[in-house]
Amino acid sequence: MNSEIFNHRFFVNFRRYRFLLSQLVRRDIKIKYRRSVLGIFWSFLEPLLSMVVLTIIFSTLFKHTISNFPVYYLTGMLMYQFFAGGTNAAIRSIKSNSSIMKTIYVPKYMYSLSAILSNFVTFLLSMIVLFMIMLVTNAPFTIYIIFASLPILALLLLTIGLGLILATVNVFFRDIEHFYGVFLMLLMYAMPIFYPADIVPANFRFIQYYNPLYAVIQCCRSSFLYGTLYNPIHLLFAMGSGIVALLIGIAVFYRYQDRFILYV
Amino acid sequence: MKETVIKVENVGMEFNLSQEKVDNLKEYVIKFIKRELRFQPFWALKNVSFEVKKGDRLGIVGLNGAGKSTLLKLIAGVMKPTEGNITVKGKISPLLSLGAGFDPDYTGRENIFLNGAMLGYSKKFLESKFKGIVEFSELEEFIDVPLKNYSNGMRARLGFSIATSVQPEILILDEVLSVGDIKFQEKSYKKMESLIGGNVTLLFVSHSVDQVKKFCDKAIWLHKGQIMTHGSAEDVCDIYTEWTRKK
Repeated sequence: MNSEIFNHRFFVNFRRYRFLLSQLVRRDIKIKYRRSVLGIFWSFLEPLLSMVVLTIIFSTLFKHTISNFPVYYLTGMLMYQFFAGGTNAAIRSIKSNSSIMKTIYVPKYMYSLSAILSNFVTFLLSMIVLFMIMLVTNAPFTIYIIFASLPILALLLLTIGLGLILATVNVFFRDIEHFYGVFLMLLMYAMPIFYPADIVPANFRFIQYYNPLYAVIQCCRSSFLYGTLYNPIHLLFAMGSGIVALLIGIAVFYRYQDRFILYV
Repeated sequence: MKETVIKVENVGMEFNLSQEKVDNLKEYVIKFIKRELRFQPFWALKNVSFEVKKGDRLGIVGLNGAGKSTLLKLIAGVMKPTEGNITVKGKISPLLSLGAGFDPDYTGRENIFLNGAMLGYSKKFLESKFKGIVEFSELEEFIDVPLKNYSNGMRARLGFSIATSVQPEILILDEVLSVGDIKFQEKSYKKMESLIGGNVTLLFVSHSVDQVKKFCDKAIWLHKGQIMTHGSAEDVCDIYTEWTRKK
């Protein structure tokens, strides 16, 4: 029975193209930093510098409400940046690989998945910056940091799911790509990433309540900033949304993937 | 009775040739409401059925636009047919375009692994074949140079060496490939002959009737997406040549 499941076309194909997935992820990262003197080091330096800038600008403004602004900002921004970067890379993944797609058979989700995973790798690397800043600012190092892996997993599932949906839709309607950039900007400013959550008027709080991305950020802030266990409801909400997004993403992608080639 | 490795049943492939491409949502909605979503269907293949047995060498002849390349792409799995079914048993090596998926910023060495991975080779396999690929392509000196600094000939040589580094079960060929300068052309031609000569099932598209006769034992004549004749390579080629002469 078990072996039957693993002999399904999906698993056979996945095993065969596993090496391709790692190659594509590696290429994305290599090409991104090739010919820059600092190379992969930029994935630390970029969040670090933007944190410094934002800290200079906002920390005095929110001095009394946010106790450790650098860590507060970094937890929010790193999660947001992975989400934005991953979905944005996925949205273009089918279109930008169209010429290969027309000549060689490769499972098409490989292109979208590798685009997201390469962003995930740089995200994990930039987490080192967060730990460094936590050390410098005397943030509490507790066992709950390990618990942050669950909301991060939820974030990964959410990004893959949404990425697959967006990649599919973008093949048929190119507007999505441009519209999505605006949406991402709106999302960043609508969420308490660099301002405290309670300055948002009560009638706009729904943006925080019904936002799986913000639920992930809240969980991570509990783990990294406050050194406490997060509210399990937030985790459940994030994980649930992640799984639902992934299932819808897979279904939509599989339904339409055979038609990609006729439209790209 | 030999095993059937490729089975093509009532395959049809439809393309939409409508002039204006509706690829933004607003236009789509407006046209949908106004019922102006016109599609101009074009059947590149229609009702195509045939079987290929293990060890068969099947040639496909026909004019430009007859649907030959579409048929090969369908069998290679690059596209899915609109109608009908295609079943393939065994590993296909499609030599349809060399070096597809090369990354210009990558070095030759990196591209061997990237391109090999796209063809579905494992890391172990590529590592074991790496030396042979580099040697055959004669690019030892340039293997760590980014591909964008390669000449077209060098690129083709690398692509050819990667694609032919495996002994395929089913080989799909769009024209006999010979690339590079005269010296390498000879070498690649010999390599092709040895691949075709091995215990392989061959699907071969060519404009050259002589090559089809030379390499294939069976043949199909495609015309406007339909099979006109199907039989031994000699007969089909003769009928096809006769027909083109009359035209």
